[in-house]
Amino acid sequence: MSHASPQAADTWTSAQIQAVVDEYRSLPGAMLPTLHALQNRFGHIPEAAIPIVAEALRHTRAEVHGIISFYHHFRTQPPGRHVIQVCRAEACQAVGARALEAHVKSALGVDYHQTTADREFTLEPVYCLGNCACGPSLRVDDEIHGRMDAAGFDRLAAQLSATVVEVK
Amino acid sequence: MTTTIYVPCDTTARSLGADAVAARLTRAADRLGVAIQLKRNGSRGLFWLEPLVEVETAAGRVAYGPVAPTDVDALVEAGLFEGRQEHDLALGDIEAHPYLARQQRLTFSRIGLTDPLSLEDYTARQGFAGLQQALALTPQGIVDEVKASGLRGRGGAAFPTGIKWQTVHDTPAAQKYIVCNADEGDSGTFADRLVMECDPFMLIEGMTIAGLAVGATQGYIYLRSEYPLAQAMLDEAIVRAEAAGYLGDDILGSGQTFHLEVRLGAGAYICGEETSLLESLEGKRGLVRAKPPLPAIEGLFGQPTVVNNVLSLAAVPFILDQGGQAYADYGMGRSRGTLALQLAGNVARGGLVELAFGTTLRELMESFGGGTRSGRPLKAVQVGGPLGAYLPQNQWDTPLDYEAFAAFGGVVGHGGVVMFDDSVDMGAQARFAMEFCAVESCGKCTPCRIGAVRGVEVIDRIRAGDAADDNLVLLADLCETMVDGSLCAMGGMTPFPVQSVMKHFPDDLTRPLAEGGR
Repeated sequence: MSHASPQAADTWTSAQIQAVVDEYRSLPGAMLPTLHALQNRFGHIPEAAIPIVAEALRHTRAEVHGIISFYHHFRTQPPGRHVIQVCRAEACQAVGARALEAHVKSALGVDYHQTTADREFTLEPVYCLGNCACGPSLRVDDEIHGRMDAAGFDRLAAQLSATVVEVK
Repeated sequence: MTTTIYVPCDTTARSLGADAVAARLTRAADRLGVAIQLKRNGSRGLFWLEPLVEVETAAGRVAYGPVAPTDVDALVEAGLFEGRQEHDLALGDIEAHPYLARQQRLTFSRIGLTDPLSLEDYTARQGFAGLQQALALTPQGIVDEVKASGLRGRGGAAFPTGIKWQTVHDTPAAQKYIVCNADEGDSGTFADRLVMECDPFMLIEGMTIAGLAVGATQGYIYLRSEYPLAQAMLDEAIVRAEAAGYLGDDILGSGQTFHLEVRLGAGAYICGEETSLLESLEGKRGLVRAKPPLPAIEGLFGQPTVVNNVLSLAAVPFILDQGGQAYADYGMGRSRGTLALQLAGNVARGGLVELAFGTTLRELMESFGGGTRSGRPLKAVQVGGPLGAYLPQNQWDTPLDYEAFAAFGGVVGHGGVVMFDDSVDMGAQARFAMEFCAVESCGKCTPCRIGAVRGVEVIDRIRAGDAADDNLVLLADLCETMVDGSLCAMGGMTPFPVQSVMKHFPDDLTRPLAEGGR
């Protein structure tokens, strides 16, 4: 799935990229499925993938770059261990999303599209998670959390960080 | 005897701890040596009661909710496994609850009752009955049934579905497509998600019927990437439907073919606009296409394509099973059938309310919604997503009907109703409308691409008290330019919420930031 943390984020070889591209290139409209597959596999779309995708799908490199940069979901830099998306849309605003986003930014010490110095969390805005009756909502990787507030976020962030310590 | 326990598995129930509730119920049953079968059903859409646990008893299902993981042991202690109802969270028969009993659930008749991925559950409740009917009809016969239902596009534009299908049916081509628009990006909407997570076979059935009607053999569900659970459910449902012969090369032995695939969007609101969606499916940036040509004539890969919203396609199995007239018997004026309303934002009892067109907004917000969650007075409501106007109190008696809303410049859209209490700063909401457009504009046309950015700047100047009167005139002019000059609804409707704030909440817009504006 889209945010599932890949085993070996940040590491890739051209052969691995080529293998992913080859798996999807024959689909009609293969571009988005290919880019999703690359990001799922490597955590981001490595710069080195652009010429490989361009060659396989008969686009220019500029076009591939243009497509990647058009879609908010795609990223060309490796994310932190967890991607946190805070919903900024109206239904969540109506129940305190503006205060929540301010708290999350200050608690993590980063702004949107940034990663914490310890590479634990990447923070992103999102416009609606479809959980609009039980906001404010945020998404951590593929999990959605409802009725979130500052205290709830602090507990969640502590749990997520604690998991890392146990793994190590 | 094994007791069946239901714990919903949709995104909202899970966002409130349903998985932990399920795990604790299993542990409690193990500990007590009670034989239970834990079934993960879909949500019934009564979200303020989620996680809503139900227990099958001799007298029917008994509900408990909202059940936090920490409530489980006390509930079990109080006899949950036997369906006893002494505990404060006991709700009895949830179908007798006025919130459900007063709805007219045609499309959402199964949600919450079934395991979403069980074909057995689906077919036991009229599932694929519509497809069986369709297979007995000619393609034109199917199109006629949909025309007779009066169904109009539930994505927001409200174009008659039967007419669109007729156009694709009448356009000769070697390859035609059915594309389901599942890019449910409007804040305050979750009905598409509920269909996909809680009754995915219904969407598959609706798309298959559409394919039979117009002669399309390939379908795509363009799903937003913000819905990971819906993706997993649809993918699995498609595999199971194919294995059982409801999809594929020889649908139920009829010799007819329909293949279906889920394609994931990538976080672009504009891709909910149908031509942008088609560009994206083709693997390009989601730039809006000029119309004509209509997608029904030149759509995906240049071929005739039906592009319908999830809810439009989900209404089709009922229409084919019960007949177009049975659907058209609901509703008012030219708005036939039922509308899936979604109560969201600052609401005490948020959730899905399926009703025939014609209920007033006030009735919906008060007797279903129960007012605000905060308990403070309701100040404004935004209907129809981020491009819909903010409605003040004197517009809440409008019946929910496409034409009645259009009469005052409102939109029913996808049926999202976002409520705000009196702590809301409407100036900030107006600014957000422009900010959102600046983030999400595809950039193809100038009024939208540049207008949204200038809109944020002008609103900031007004709110800073910088030549406010002159800038209000400028803002009015800018809104008019965007409405008249944009290529699609993104730029063309972004001014609606802004204009509604200028008209109905002018004090919030001009109130100096020092006095509580943001």
